[in-house]
Amino acid sequence: MGLRFDLLLFTAALLFSPALSDLVLSKVDRRVDLTTQVVRITSTLKAENTGGNSVSEVLVVFPDRQAKTLAYLSAVSNAGKGKAKVSSVTLPVKEVELKGMPPSLVGYSVSLPEPLGKGESFTLDVLAVYAHSLKPFPEKITQADIQLLVFEDSAYYLSPYEVKAQSLTVKLPQARIESYTKLENTKIHGSDIKYGPYENLPPFSYSPIVVHFESNRPFAVARQVVREIEISHWGNVQVTEHYNIVNGGSEIVGEFSRLDFQARPHIRGPSAFKNLVAKLPPRAHSVYYRDEIGNISTSHLWGDSKKTELEIEPRYPMFGGWRTAFTIGYGLPLRDFLFESEGKRFINISFGSPINEIVVDTLIVKVVLPEGSRDISVSAPFPVKESRETKFSHLDLVGRPVVVLEKSNVVPEHNQYFQVYYTFSSISMLMEPLMLISGFFFLFITCIVYMHADMSISKSSPSYLAKLQWEEVQAVIQQIDNIISRCLAVHDKLEASLRDLSRTGDVQACKAARKLGDSALKELTKELKPLLSFLQSSSQAGHVVSKVDELVTKERELQEKLMVKLSTVVDCYEKKLSGREIENRINAQQQKITALRQEVDDLLEFIDEL
Amino acid sequence: MKANIVARGISTLSRNFLTGSYPLRAVAAHRVWNWPSLFSSFSSSSSVHGELQTQPSSSTRPALLPAESVNTSAGARVRQSMSASETAGERTVRHAFGNVLAFFILLLIGVLAFSIRLFSVIKYESVIHEFDPYFNYRVTQFLTKNGIYDFWNWFDDRTWVLNSLNIPLSVETVCVFTAPTFSAFASWATYFLTKEVKGPGAGLAAAALLGMVPSYISRSVAGSYDNEAVAIFALIFTFYLYIKTLNTGSLFYATFNAISYFYMVCSWGGYTFIINLIPMHVLLCIVTGRYSSRLYIAYAPLVVLGTLLAALVPVVGFNAVMTSEHFASFLVFIIIHVVALVYYIKGILSPRMFKVAVTLVLSVGIAVCCAVIAILIAVVASSPTKGWSGRSLSLLDPTYASKYIPIIASVSEHQPPTWPSYFMDINVLAFLVPAGIIACFLPLSDASSFVVLYIVTSVYFSGVMVRLMLVLAPAACIMSGIALSEAFDTLTGSIKFQLLGYSSVNSQAAAGDASPDSTSAQSNALKPDKSEETAKERTSKKSKKKEKEREKEKEQVDQSSVQPRAGRRLQVLPLEASIIGVFLLILLGAFYVVHCVWAAAEAYSAPSIVLTSQTQDGGLHVFDDFREAYAWLRHNTEVDDKVASWWDYGYQTTAMANRTVIVDNNTWNNTHIATVGTAMSSPEKAAWEIFNSLDVKYVLVVFGGLVGYPSDDINKFLWMVRIGGGVFPHIKEPDYLRDGQYRIDSQATPTMLNSLMYKLSYYRFVETDGKGFDRVRRTEIGKKYFKLTHFDEVFTTHHWMVRIYKLRPPKNRIRGKAKKSKSVRNSLIISWSKAFPKFNAVSDRLNPAENEFSINLKKDCKDQEEPLAVKRFLRFYKLLSQGSEVGLVGYILLQAIFRKVIPYRDVGKISRILQYCDILVYISVFCSRRESRIIEFVGL
Repeated sequence: MGLRFDLLLFTAALLFSPALSDLVLSKVDRRVDLTTQVVRITSTLKAENTGGNSVSEVLVVFPDRQAKTLAYLSAVSNAGKGKAKVSSVTLPVKEVELKGMPPSLVGYSVSLPEPLGKGESFTLDVLAVYAHSLKPFPEKITQADIQLLVFEDSAYYLSPYEVKAQSLTVKLPQARIESYTKLENTKIHGSDIKYGPYENLPPFSYSPIVVHFESNRPFAVARQVVREIEISHWGNVQVTEHYNIVNGGSEIVGEFSRLDFQARPHIRGPSAFKNLVAKLPPRAHSVYYRDEIGNISTSHLWGDSKKTELEIEPRYPMFGGWRTAFTIGYGLPLRDFLFESEGKRFINISFGSPINEIVVDTLIVKVVLPEGSRDISVSAPFPVKESRETKFSHLDLVGRPVVVLEKSNVVPEHNQYFQVYYTFSSISMLMEPLMLISGFFFLFITCIVYMHADMSISKSSPSYLAKLQWEEVQAVIQQIDNIISRCLAVHDKLEASLRDLSRTGDVQACKAARKLGDSALKELTKELKPLLSFLQSSSQAGHVVSKVDELVTKERELQEKLMVKLSTVVDCYEKKLSGREIENRINAQQQKITALRQEVDDLLEFIDEL
Repeated sequence: MKANIVARGISTLSRNFLTGSYPLRAVAAHRVWNWPSLFSSFSSSSSVHGELQTQPSSSTRPALLPAESVNTSAGARVRQSMSASETAGERTVRHAFGNVLAFFILLLIGVLAFSIRLFSVIKYESVIHEFDPYFNYRVTQFLTKNGIYDFWNWFDDRTWVLNSLNIPLSVETVCVFTAPTFSAFASWATYFLTKEVKGPGAGLAAAALLGMVPSYISRSVAGSYDNEAVAIFALIFTFYLYIKTLNTGSLFYATFNAISYFYMVCSWGGYTFIINLIPMHVLLCIVTGRYSSRLYIAYAPLVVLGTLLAALVPVVGFNAVMTSEHFASFLVFIIIHVVALVYYIKGILSPRMFKVAVTLVLSVGIAVCCAVIAILIAVVASSPTKGWSGRSLSLLDPTYASKYIPIIASVSEHQPPTWPSYFMDINVLAFLVPAGIIACFLPLSDASSFVVLYIVTSVYFSGVMVRLMLVLAPAACIMSGIALSEAFDTLTGSIKFQLLGYSSVNSQAAAGDASPDSTSAQSNALKPDKSEETAKERTSKKSKKKEKEREKEKEQVDQSSVQPRAGRRLQVLPLEASIIGVFLLILLGAFYVVHCVWAAAEAYSAPSIVLTSQTQDGGLHVFDDFREAYAWLRHNTEVDDKVASWWDYGYQTTAMANRTVIVDNNTWNNTHIATVGTAMSSPEKAAWEIFNSLDVKYVLVVFGGLVGYPSDDINKFLWMVRIGGGVFPHIKEPDYLRDGQYRIDSQATPTMLNSLMYKLSYYRFVETDGKGFDRVRRTEIGKKYFKLTHFDEVFTTHHWMVRIYKLRPPKNRIRGKAKKSKSVRNSLIISWSKAFPKFNAVSDRLNPAENEFSINLKKDCKDQEEPLAVKRFLRFYKLLSQGSEVGLVGYILLQAIFRKVIPYRDVGKISRILQYCDILVYISVFCSRRESRIIEFVGL
């Protein structure tokens, strides 16, 4: 395949080379970084205009096989020389359709800040980042095997322009290299392979190289990441990230022995990764790490004023081909991310996943704005697919607008800030609390109304009337009951006056008390009369009347007895009899009174129980 | 205690309304003000007799606030003899205050019951516990997704309602917090039940006790999403409604009772307890001459409506009328009607006529009864289990399960409890219960007799099975609540009596023998300050009453005449004794609370899926191996891979790993479990064949030997052997025991050392420490170095607690499918023929060539009288098998049946061993015409 492709290119080169000959790359310096699963190729191009017309853009081309895995491309002007890079300006890059060039090429044009006149030169750095361009070979290994990767590229810089001088450096993670393509001028320095320098190569020169090397770096690939950024104007930005991760390295075959893995983890299971590190923004709080079956207890969190670092460990070591899924979530202070400009609010937050060196196949970022946000617009530093949704959460009526951004093949370089602009009035913030308050208010109002309303269905049915009557009777009985107990209270007062008498010997006070008691009792008797007559006339009271009557008569009897006792005692005091004698005299009366009192109380209790 | 305070409160209110004493608005206002009176008076300690009473205030004191003039308690009268009009306001305030207090106490009990169960969430996480709850969780998940079955599960309705309010709640959250919520409900239900029995004081005490009884906590901590947590609430609530109906005779409550019963039937199989206990109580009432129309209303609607509703539940269905568990309820239903009839006739006829009628009816009736009973007994006796289900039988006869159903006996919660477990689960309640029973007999009412019956039966059942301790717990709480509240009443009452002082004359008259003169004299000495104090206290409670009134009160206290009634009721004790008594009771309560909190925090909070241990530096080490393994299975195996493990982990695997399992916690499929048990106890090759025939891809074993986790598969292994041996006789328990001892060291039997379970558990274990020291069994293992020939280790968790093995693919694949199916068939036939020796006779004569199948069958068709059935079988065979072993087995079976080698009743057994339930159903269908008993097997 490689060879055929090569051939094709050469013919293409022969055919099309004159077309773009105005520009010449006087020096190309390429550095390929293979230390992680993400391949980064930085090319420093020095372009020189040799033609007559001024040139305003430089064309960068990739064979379409590489272009498929190309995740990120940026160009930076490299004006200053050497280390004194003063101004590095990001240059706009856009994909262009190539006319008059081989069909298997994909081209991007980099616009220069100012047109390049004749004889002038310009230096720029082009960074191309590839995901999934490293392939494990062999594809399946056992637990103890070492993971080997294959990298393919061209030793010559593929360009539509003529290249005067060029060199290529391939940086590997380890010095151990299984094999690599040897061309002229190939050197190895430790873990670096150097190709070149090559000079004066025509456009579209291509010479395939293959590097087969050992790498035990984690090969974490997220099939899908859903980041949900929920903004609450009460002061919190809640980020929830759902990961679906697979180890994209060589798949493990055969047994997995925990014993071997635990005893010698670096020899038995070198390609497995045990943990991932996520760099969260500073002041991240309430961090959690869980999956669909609960909390995962293996994680660590450090934080300082610059960043928060979260080290998460999947439930099991991730061998090649093994998959896992988990969710992390954290809260961020709103003031760090929400800003206002020209009456609009905007949220400024990073796009990519915070996990280090992870490739995301599909990244979906959902920004949930507060309910009632309007005029939503998004500004992102690179093209993303945008759509809208509505999310219903606590007590929402119309739902919260959600901005959904989707991007495939996301590499750490995409971790840039993007902005979502919207307008939102602070009053809408109070809507939900007000809703709650009014909800409870109406609940209580309903309760009050319910308590007041008479819910009985029929107002004229005999049972209902009977009930009403019975209730009337009960009320009357209650009143009688009350009067009786008040009578009893008067009795008690009289008794108390008697005791006072025994203590002080003040006969007059006792008489006064008796007078008072008499009048009170009379009044009570008067009160009792209409009630009793009502009771006798009522049809419902049949079985109670006798008891009530009994109660009243008993009470009267008690009253009489008490009066007798009272007068006896008073008499005795007036006659100045001794205490013992008085006791003797009233003893019999006292017993009767006690007995009567008992009966009255029993009756009262009985009536109470109705 | 008065039966129905709520009703009285309402009626009092409406009474005032009717007397027209107040303008409508005022009445309404005071209604609102008094609504907490629904929760009745609690604060006045003498409120055992607290009832509502109205003052005739309107006529005498029209200026009074309505609230002041109503609802005074007679209990207040006991305290002091104050003039009624003066104290009315204060009493009402006190009363209302008491009600509000009671309401808040109830609220707090609910909060307590909820929050004491949250230890697991705080100490661990919000996760579903144990094994069974996972099934419920999955069902709930399924239901919430599929919606229409909401009817079945109340919780789903809940989540649905919450969703419509846009409150995002995951099903899991709801599941985790269901049990604590329901235990709060349960404690409220207990309050109402006990209030019906012995008054609100006892109710509050019982509710507080139930809120934290360890036995109930063990089943309802946050995360244990189990039926029992809900069922206990349903149980208590049903009992409450029954007692409520019994006390009020209201058809409204009776209807609710039936609905509540239905709810209980839905939630738990333990509903049979209700349907037997209530008839028993009804019978008791009838026998003791307490029959009343209220009893009839309480019982008859429950039986009719309840049975109809219960029959709607698919699990119960016609069992609601057919099994013996429900027999008692119908018998009592008949009896109560007879009794009702007798009472009615007694009302119509004159006494003499009645006597004649009685003799006449009795002589005829007894004869008819005898006949009916004889028929019934005959019917019941004809069924093999006497119409009782296995579970009930194991309850009635504690030895039944261990004799016939090893699978029931193997569950630890089905063992009889030990004495310490009583102390652990109900703690001091065990001592309070007898006191409560005594209190229930003074006086014995319908309600209290019911509670006594409840405790007696539940004590018996809890003695049979540990699990049923759960039913005992509410009863014990109710009893203890009654005992505690009675004790407090007596003690505080006598303290009050002593302290507030009574004149010597009155106290003699009142207290009689109980109160010696010396104490009353002493109390007289204490009198002034104490009374002042009480007066202060009282005034502090209300805002309006001022100094002046306190003066008055003091006077009245000094006058202190006494209600003899109070003295009669309060068994007055000496002051010191009562104070010490109160102190001891509080101490007892404190002990109980401490124990409960400990139990909730330490003993019952651990979700068995996550284990923790203290590290040496005081940190917490988490053993999360189960979830590690489940997560691995979930993400790294194919969706339709089947996993075999012992049944304990079935539901969990299904829920957490989302993989099909061979056996799960639904234990009724005994044969299935026995098959897995057999495989685990067989040598590797035989086990591989069994698993392969079951289409199993992965085998999961739990092994605790490395970290010392005791409830692992090696410790459960004997049960696998027993259950497997129960169906497959070639597995014999003695083969695994050396001299009757279960051991795994070098003394172990070769059968044991070669069993699959042993090998999977200890594979490469020796390499960890060089000796192979098992920390659970505390010995070195017997067989140390061995290789697996048919299984591959594919995953082992961090602490080795779960090990997952994959079946190696069959080696001789090249020889083609027919060959394979033949070899499988042969192996199957060999293993079954061991189980059923007569099988050989049939299978020997078989020619497995496909064409000959139909030829043979057609011959058979002519021979036998069942051509239609065979035709059906043929069609079935063509559809299903086309040469696979399904059809073959079916054919063997059919032949065996026709040649009468296998009795029909064994067909079900065989087919289930073979995992071809379709055949079972099919064959059973046409065999059912011949012998109805086969239906039973289908039904199973």
